[in-house]
Amino acid sequence: CHRIGSKMLYLDIRGDLDSEIRERGTQSLSSLSTEDVSANTNGPNQDALFDDDPEDLFAEATEEVSLDSPERDILLSDGPSPAITPITPPTSVIAPRIGHTHDDMFTHSSFDEIEEEEVDDSFDINISVSDPEKVGDGMNAYMAYKVTTKTSMSLFKQREFSVKRRFSDFLGLHSKLASKYLHVGYIVPPAPEKSIVGMTKVKVGKEDQSSNEFVEKRRSALERYLMRTVKHHILLKDPDVLQFLESSELPRAVSTQALSSAGLLRMVNKAADAVNKMTIKMNESDAWFEEKQQHFESLDVQLRKLHISVESLVCHRKELSVNTAQFAKSAAMLGNSEDHTALSRALSQLAEVEEKMDQLHQDQANADFYLFSELLGDYVRLLAAVKGVFDHRIKTWQKWQDSQILLQKKREAEAKLQFTNKSDKLQQAKDEIKDMEGRVQQDERDFEQISRTIRKEVGRFEKERVKDFKTSIIKYLESLVLTQQQVIKSYFTFRYVTASV
Amino acid sequence: MMEGLDDGPDFLSEEDRAPRAVNVDLQTDATLQVDISDALSERDKVKFTVHTKSSLPNFKLNEFSVVRQHEEFIWLHDSFVENEEYAGYIIPPAPPRPDFDASREKLQKLGEGEGSMTKEEFTKMKQELEAEYLAIFKKTVAMHEVFLCRVAAHPVLRKDLNFHVFLEYNQDLSVRGKNKKEKLEDFFKNVVKSADGVLVAGVKDVDDFFEHEKTFLLEYHNRVKDASAKSDRMIRSHKNAADDINRIASSLYTLGTQDTTELCKFFLKVSELFEKTRKVESRVAADEDLKLSDLLKYYLRESQAAKDLLYRRSRSLVDYENANKALDKARSKNRDVLQAETSQQICCHKFEKISESAKQELIDFKTRRVAAFRKNLVELAELELKHAKGNLQLLQSCLGFMKTNT
Repeated sequence: CHRIGSKMLYLDIRGDLDSEIRERGTQSLSSLSTEDVSANTNGPNQDALFDDDPEDLFAEATEEVSLDSPERDILLSDGPSPAITPITPPTSVIAPRIGHTHDDMFTHSSFDEIEEEEVDDSFDINISVSDPEKVGDGMNAYMAYKVTTKTSMSLFKQREFSVKRRFSDFLGLHSKLASKYLHVGYIVPPAPEKSIVGMTKVKVGKEDQSSNEFVEKRRSALERYLMRTVKHHILLKDPDVLQFLESSELPRAVSTQALSSAGLLRMVNKAADAVNKMTIKMNESDAWFEEKQQHFESLDVQLRKLHISVESLVCHRKELSVNTAQFAKSAAMLGNSEDHTALSRALSQLAEVEEKMDQLHQDQANADFYLFSELLGDYVRLLAAVKGVFDHRIKTWQKWQDSQILLQKKREAEAKLQFTNKSDKLQQAKDEIKDMEGRVQQDERDFEQISRTIRKEVGRFEKERVKDFKTSIIKYLESLVLTQQQVIKSYFTFRYVTASV
Repeated sequence: MMEGLDDGPDFLSEEDRAPRAVNVDLQTDATLQVDISDALSERDKVKFTVHTKSSLPNFKLNEFSVVRQHEEFIWLHDSFVENEEYAGYIIPPAPPRPDFDASREKLQKLGEGEGSMTKEEFTKMKQELEAEYLAIFKKTVAMHEVFLCRVAAHPVLRKDLNFHVFLEYNQDLSVRGKNKKEKLEDFFKNVVKSADGVLVAGVKDVDDFFEHEKTFLLEYHNRVKDASAKSDRMIRSHKNAADDINRIASSLYTLGTQDTTELCKFFLKVSELFEKTRKVESRVAADEDLKLSDLLKYYLRESQAAKDLLYRRSRSLVDYENANKALDKARSKNRDVLQAETSQQICCHKFEKISESAKQELIDFKTRRVAAFRKNLVELAELELKHAKGNLQLLQSCLGFMKTNT
């Protein structure tokens, strides 16, 4: 099977690309400048996505899968035919060629194969987030985290390097990536959630257990976020990501603040999106998308349910730990007042065992949380991003439909003008029609593009999900094994002592 | 619905039939053996079948059974307490009232919520609650039995007439529960007693043995109370965690059946694992309840009974001292001397009798206590080890399977 060989070539070494890019720049779809840190999720249209920036490696990828590329046919033959079919009334949709042909020529596995080869050859990067440090005082204080990257990939200047980042930097990174990639169908991992309550406690300077726990929770979440982001072979090469990981100074991402104007704009857009979604009814002709959407929806429901149960388990285990500690103290007191010496000793031993149990319960509760609960929470949020991507596809489809309608209108207008004697207006109408036809073509291409991307992304996402769950759950079970082993050790000693009463 | 729990003689398994003297180390005596062979739970009461085997001549038959309810046990207990003759003994504590309210409420709620959950969930929860009901039921039977066994093992109490009537008379004893007036009287009696108890406790005892016992019991009783409460809380948390694991297992099962990737096999295996470990965790909680909580609760009641004995002794000591004072006064005034003398003699005799038997009772109490704690703690350790090993094995075999299949 023919690999997207050229794609591999481009994304290898940054240096070589400059010349290639300049050559291809004219041919690429991009022509407009990148929006920077735009909160507008309705986003610039697809065209505005990429700029001529030589650093933007993404241009190549899009180029690669353009309609004219020969490689495309072999891999993506499920897509619609390149020709624009004549406009029919808006209610009908140009159906991509699917059905039994789909199964023959386009199978998931062949795609996965390619993806895997690509990934395995060059993916070797590990990111850790550590050393949370409070910077500043009072309400302006913030936590700075050390982000360390260890890699052998030639994409980076060094093999090991660190930078200091604060939480809003992470949010800023996500915001940039989302605005660039979400509406063309890439599943961008969501950033960890803000927590005003949690952060305020830290800012106010309470050095207690709950604020320490909060910081640790956040540190772990940030680490997982970065690892998920770089595991995505497209996102890894994004200049914003590279800058985030490498450069010592990063401009403050102010627009990530909840109450900033950008934040408010985001909220308004989210609301508008929600309304739009309710009114758009897409004639889905590709069963694959409907199937996948349903699959993700039911997965979402199940994961949420499971998440709630696991959170409850964490809570109860912490309670168990506290109650066990209290019982241990009580048993020790009882042992003290017992006047039979051997029994008194046994009761003290009981108190000791229960103290150990308390510690074990606490450790297990942490494992419950970090290995199981957080995994589920992450995936609930990821599924929201997946849903967003499917929604963007619908929006893209709608745009295409709207253009078609507009074209039709213009054609009708032109037809009317034919019977009048306004030759200049007629010419204008004809010109407009030509433009409109171009737009319709472009919109159709965009729709096909996002559909293709989503198919790839879903495949990648599912693979990641399988790996993630397997690894985490195995680690979790191992934590349970460790706990049981410790329990056995403790009760063994206890039994030995009590038997001598 | 609960009637079905009484499946006749098979209801109590073999292991349950043996004297369930969990918290008391009693010598079974062939001359008088008492146990509860059967029990039936009805709407708002429990009927215990008390079964007696005896070679004593005062019973008509060698083996016989009667049906008794909780109130009748209380009547018997109270008759011991009120009997002056038994002032010098630790009266075996009365069994607590059977309390199925919480369990019944849960089952009712489940019935009401039947429409809102899947059939599997409903059956599962129903099984859980029925098991809980059964556990409470078994416990109350055990506690009533222990009471009877303690009485039967006591050299003096076993000869009590009321006890024999209780065992043999196969009609209803027509013991009504206390009415409001009587309950109020009891309340006041208790208030007076505790106030009195404080006064009496202040009196320093000449006898070292009793002085030591007094201090010891006071502190011990309080600490057992605390330990019992904390143990209950700990076990409840344990049960809650086990319930969570149950829900997690169900969710994982649903995920496993719905997933389209190779994760489905994975989820189903883990779901199966958690189902099993959950059962083990529930048993751990149940065993801790039995061996630890019940033990502490029982000795809370027994130490109270021992305290009551000390109180009665102190009371009689005070009476004795008062009688002495009265005698001196009578002698000095040379009036009613004979009366005072007899009164003083009675008090003296009473006090000495109580002191003598109390000493023995307290020594026995300690022996019983040490034996019961030892037995239960060893059994607790054994059970915890057994369950932990079981859990470990389940976890390791599942992990092994998963690692080879990845």
